Amino acid sequence: MATMNAKSRKGGPDGIQKTGESTRVLLTELVAHLRQNRTQLREEWARRITESKLLTAMTQEEIFVEATAVYDNYVAVLETGSVEALQEYALDLSERIIPRGVETHEVLGIVLLLRDVLARSLFKKYQSDFGMLNRVLDAYEPAANRIANTVGVSFVQERERIIRQQQEAIRELSTPVLQFRDRLLILPIIGVIDPQRARQLTEQLLQGIRDNRAKVVVIDITGVPAVDSTVANHLVQTVDASKLMGATVIVTGLSAEIARTLVTIGVDLSKMKTVGDLQGGIEEAERLLGYQLVRQ
Amino acid sequence: MRVPILKQGDYLIASIQPVFADQDLLQLHDDLAAQVGKYRSKGVIVDVTALDAMDSFATRTLRDLAQSVRLRGAETVIVGIQPEVAFAMVQLGLEFGTVQTALDLEEGLALLGVLAQPPQAADEVQEWRP
Repeated sequence: MATMNAKSRKGGPDGIQKTGESTRVLLTELVAHLRQNRTQLREEWARRITESKLLTAMTQEEIFVEATAVYDNYVAVLETGSVEALQEYALDLSERIIPRGVETHEVLGIVLLLRDVLARSLFKKYQSDFGMLNRVLDAYEPAANRIANTVGVSFVQERERIIRQQQEAIRELSTPVLQFRDRLLILPIIGVIDPQRARQLTEQLLQGIRDNRAKVVVIDITGVPAVDSTVANHLVQTVDASKLMGATVIVTGLSAEIARTLVTIGVDLSKMKTVGDLQGGIEEAERLLGYQLVRQ
Repeated sequence: MRVPILKQGDYLIASIQPVFADQDLLQLHDDLAAQVGKYRSKGVIVDVTALDAMDSFATRTLRDLAQSVRLRGAETVIVGIQPEVAFAMVQLGLEFGTVQTALDLEEGLALLGVLAQPPQAADEVQEWRP
């Protein structure tokens, strides 16, 4: 400890450079040590992963293969100080293991385990020389933390990317505006409506009214489990906006539960034309458009 | 710029251009009210296809315009409200009240064909029938 203080007190640009230099030397020594004990440390790590019941979704062999790759990447980062290769590997790994249900705590857990395993081996190696151990840990810990950070962030990033991708896919699938007859559109809504989806829905509907020159629109909400005041108001706004564009909106498939909710929260639906089910809605729309269906 | 008013049979058509001053709308109000009487028109179409925004002043003026026109004995239909404008209007709580709206000029003319028919006309025809 005394030597460390003396060194930092010396200060100045020369001192800093010296510290950087000695860190590099220490890291080189560290890397040599980790390379030398690769097999043993890697096995120790894999054992502790299994012991801690992490990565249960993967087989023993898979864990060992990935552990080897992570270990080598880990050492490479300590050696070069560049996390880019590790980052790429972590993203790739995440892409492979996320679909198999590996959780964030597991990924962070194994990286921290490796950190502990390596730190232990350093303790063992330098236990006779406390000053040296201190300096080695000073060099090792920031690098190790950076690695843990990189892997964790990469995993979360990949996860968020997948979530975004899925959200987009759901959004694209979720709001078809279908032309049912000349000038009659049907908009079946399935699933929960959140404010963002509601807005998108309205945009697509209004666009559809203009593109198809629709006169009547049937919005079917049979597949909507619940409606709150925000969504109800949005629905009313959609109906009003459609009316401004010259189209009549018929809402169908209000479940008894939704009807009760709407009455309870006091949304004014008097301006909305509602019909019990989709069939009734289409019949009403056809009547408005002057269609007459005759069975042959 | 003064909004030009076109006469088409029994109807008057005014198409509002993207750049207009508040004064132009007031002028349009006066012009239409005057011309409805002059030409004995049955209907007025105000086309707002070119507008990408509608503020409270424009909404109120068009509503007033329709009221004046109705007092002069004709119906008004506002046509060509763009999807974005329509949604922005309901979000801002702007309403045309009882004024009719239609998708485009063609629709507006068709709607006027129904509206401008005096409601008693059909009954009268029947009554006159021997």
